[in-house]
Amino acid sequence: MLDVLVIGGGNAALCAALMAKERGASVKLLESSPRQWRGGNSMHTRNLRCMHDAPQDVLQEVYTEEEFWQDLLKVTGGQTNEELARLAIRASANCRPWMVKHGVRFQPSLSGALHTARTNAFFMGGGKALINAYYRSAQILGVQIEYNSEVIELELEGREFKAAKVRHKDEKGELIREEWIQAKSCVMASGGFESNIEWLRQAWGQNEWGEYPVDNFLIRGTRYNQGVLIKNLQDVHKADMIGDPTQAHMVAIDARAPLYDGGICTRIDCVSLGIVVNTQAKRFYDEGEDFWPKRYAIWGRLVAMQPGQRAYSIIDSKAIGRFMPPVFPGSKAQTLEELAELIGLDVQAFLQTVNDYNAAVQPGNFDHTVLDNCSTSGVLPIKSHWARKIDTAPFYAYAVQPGVTFTYLGLKTDKQARVYFSERPSKNLFVAGEMMAGNVLGKGYTAGVGMTIGTAFGRIAGDQAALAALGQQEN
Amino acid sequence: MQTLEDLTREAITLANGHTVPAQASPLSESVLEVSRQMMICNGCRYCEGFCAVFPAMTRRLEFGASDIHYLANLCHNCGACLHACQYAPPHEFMINVPRAMAEVRKDTYTAYAWPSRFGVLYNNNGAWIAIALAIGLTLFLQMTASFLNGANAQTLDLSNFYSIYPHNMLVSIFLPIFAFVVLSLSLGVHSFLTDIGQATGAQDASTVAIAHASHDALKLKYLDGGHGDGCNNEDDAFSKFRKYFHHLTFYGFMLCLAATSVATLYHYLFSWEAPYVWTSLPKLLGISGGLSLAVGCVGLLVLNMRRHPLHGDPTQKQMDIGFIFLLFLTSTTGLLLAGSHQSSSMPLLLSLHLGSVMALFLTLPYGKFAHGIFRLAALVRFETEKRLPSNLGLSGE
Repeated sequence: MLDVLVIGGGNAALCAALMAKERGASVKLLESSPRQWRGGNSMHTRNLRCMHDAPQDVLQEVYTEEEFWQDLLKVTGGQTNEELARLAIRASANCRPWMVKHGVRFQPSLSGALHTARTNAFFMGGGKALINAYYRSAQILGVQIEYNSEVIELELEGREFKAAKVRHKDEKGELIREEWIQAKSCVMASGGFESNIEWLRQAWGQNEWGEYPVDNFLIRGTRYNQGVLIKNLQDVHKADMIGDPTQAHMVAIDARAPLYDGGICTRIDCVSLGIVVNTQAKRFYDEGEDFWPKRYAIWGRLVAMQPGQRAYSIIDSKAIGRFMPPVFPGSKAQTLEELAELIGLDVQAFLQTVNDYNAAVQPGNFDHTVLDNCSTSGVLPIKSHWARKIDTAPFYAYAVQPGVTFTYLGLKTDKQARVYFSERPSKNLFVAGEMMAGNVLGKGYTAGVGMTIGTAFGRIAGDQAALAALGQQEN
Repeated sequence: MQTLEDLTREAITLANGHTVPAQASPLSESVLEVSRQMMICNGCRYCEGFCAVFPAMTRRLEFGASDIHYLANLCHNCGACLHACQYAPPHEFMINVPRAMAEVRKDTYTAYAWPSRFGVLYNNNGAWIAIALAIGLTLFLQMTASFLNGANAQTLDLSNFYSIYPHNMLVSIFLPIFAFVVLSLSLGVHSFLTDIGQATGAQDASTVAIAHASHDALKLKYLDGGHGDGCNNEDDAFSKFRKYFHHLTFYGFMLCLAATSVATLYHYLFSWEAPYVWTSLPKLLGISGGLSLAVGCVGLLVLNMRRHPLHGDPTQKQMDIGFIFLLFLTSTTGLLLAGSHQSSSMPLLLSLHLGSVMALFLTLPYGKFAHGIFRLAALVRFETEKRLPSNLGLSGE
């Protein structure tokens, strides 16, 4: 019988498969996507948040366990498990040589992302290059890899894993056959449920205007994270869960982004340099509250709360060149009236908003590299920093909509990455990656921490699954 | 065909630092496609560490024709960014930077070719190579045959090539061709540099910049993948084979050139005339160069045939393979000729060798050879531009 069955094909799953194989177990990995879409959301990632007590190859200065922990505490507002969080943080200090051994390469912090040069190790070529390296290594080590193979349910005996029901599909997604695969132990690392629009729609329901907000959501990552196993574990096997299905990491992204897999390049980075108005041409939040990298993740939800789930980031020509260039060109006009017409806003309402804002801008020394003293007075909401009049043609507008990165709902786990049922752990069923990230990251996000959790718990889960399987063999 | 006056006028215009109007910067479909892709890449930047293209890209917000001609010639077609790309096909963004760059690259060779009308030779390059080879072989086989049938045939010394082709006769055939090659490529790359100079900082290259660019070109730094593991060939795995075989080819070619140069010096400075003995410098250089070139060509050919179908521009395969074939033919006929000492096959081998060399030289300015010159020029601009302050100030930097 197979020793370890790994369900999923992203970073955490591959880490688990490689660790289990290194322990001497026979390993099969099932990826639900076709080969060219393999890797789930990992292929859109770019770095790993790493603690380090001294400068390393691509990491500057130091980033201590305590500082990392404090950062995590801040972004989660305390919705975290300190024991598991510190475990992941410490693992980040020494996992990189192992990653390099399996072909991952690192590069210095990217231009435009230098604020992370101290805290984050960037993958050379990004997450897809990392995924490619792990798949190559897995192949060389003899991990059996099957694409187009989706697990739809598990068979458990009490808390013990017995088998997984797999649907094998062809390249077009048509079902070829179904089978039950038995294994001595199992690692589940098949992502959240953010690609399942129907489930998100149910979870979010209708808003005060009778709209289904999810109808205007875009999914920044893979289309394959359907949450089938999460649902099976939650509804059928009554596993212990964590997180709220309406909680998701959401960013305001370009409204023209594709429904799936828009990835990083669809973000709009000019919010803090101008104003943001909703479809009624009204401002609704302080655009200059803090540095954009610390604020971009709240704007998805802010926009989701607006009518039509749409907003417009408005800048004038003074802002050009000061933010990461957007993928799609913005709407451009020589006058504010023209701009309003171009994006379909009520001209008078839009002019009123801009004029009120402009009139409220106080004199100051603009410096977008620090929290400067350019703010507004006498307008609500205020703009705390980088407030400059919108007065220099040409003017630009970028339409934004909520973009879901991942969901927080998942399985409760512990230091051995075990799955729990009625507060008791399974002996041979483990979980890693987005399916359990909510244990550490109950809400919020900080760059690269998803990969930190996925790598740490993927490796633990693979190791524990191999031990569980090989222990059984000895008996 | 252009008249000689036209050509002279064009050469003078180029020499004065002006580009030929309407030829240098057409906003072709291939340029627009790179521009589209660069707008997406510039919002992602994950590939920054692979090569020079992406750091050069991040200095720009918009991509005009000159920027794209420059970036396209910086690209070494290593494939790393294609395999690492989250937006590569089947993604609807259809990002394939190596292919888009290769398509523009050929257009730049064509646009900057001198004389400009010869630029068309880059299209259907295989046919041009076949014609040049036919011309070279026919010429030398005919001349050899007429010599062997002629009255002077009894003076034939099977150990001495000059008994068929006197030294001065060979010089009078090859020197003009060689001079044309140098002139044509120099003027071509000159108008390329004039076009991209403004877009890359408008400053003359410093000695340091030229030294760095030459170093990176001679080492093929950008076939290293940025991590030293090499480049991609048939799949997402990295290998140094392309770099090694390219080194064998290039340095083999240079050794052969050195052999000819040393022999020329011997001939004119010391009046030491060929044939030379096995242990002489021209023979040692020529034979090691020929072997290296032949092995390099076979390696590159095999790699080329096995390349991932999405790499590069498939319409340029004939240009790549044609050039490799001519280099291989030149090196193997040269080696056989060197081994034909005192043999009756010498006249035939000599004709084949001289015919191949002629075809190689005729096609140098209008074929794959151009990539080396244009890439070096682009690298010099890269090393120049990166030493200038960026005029962008991104937040978070």
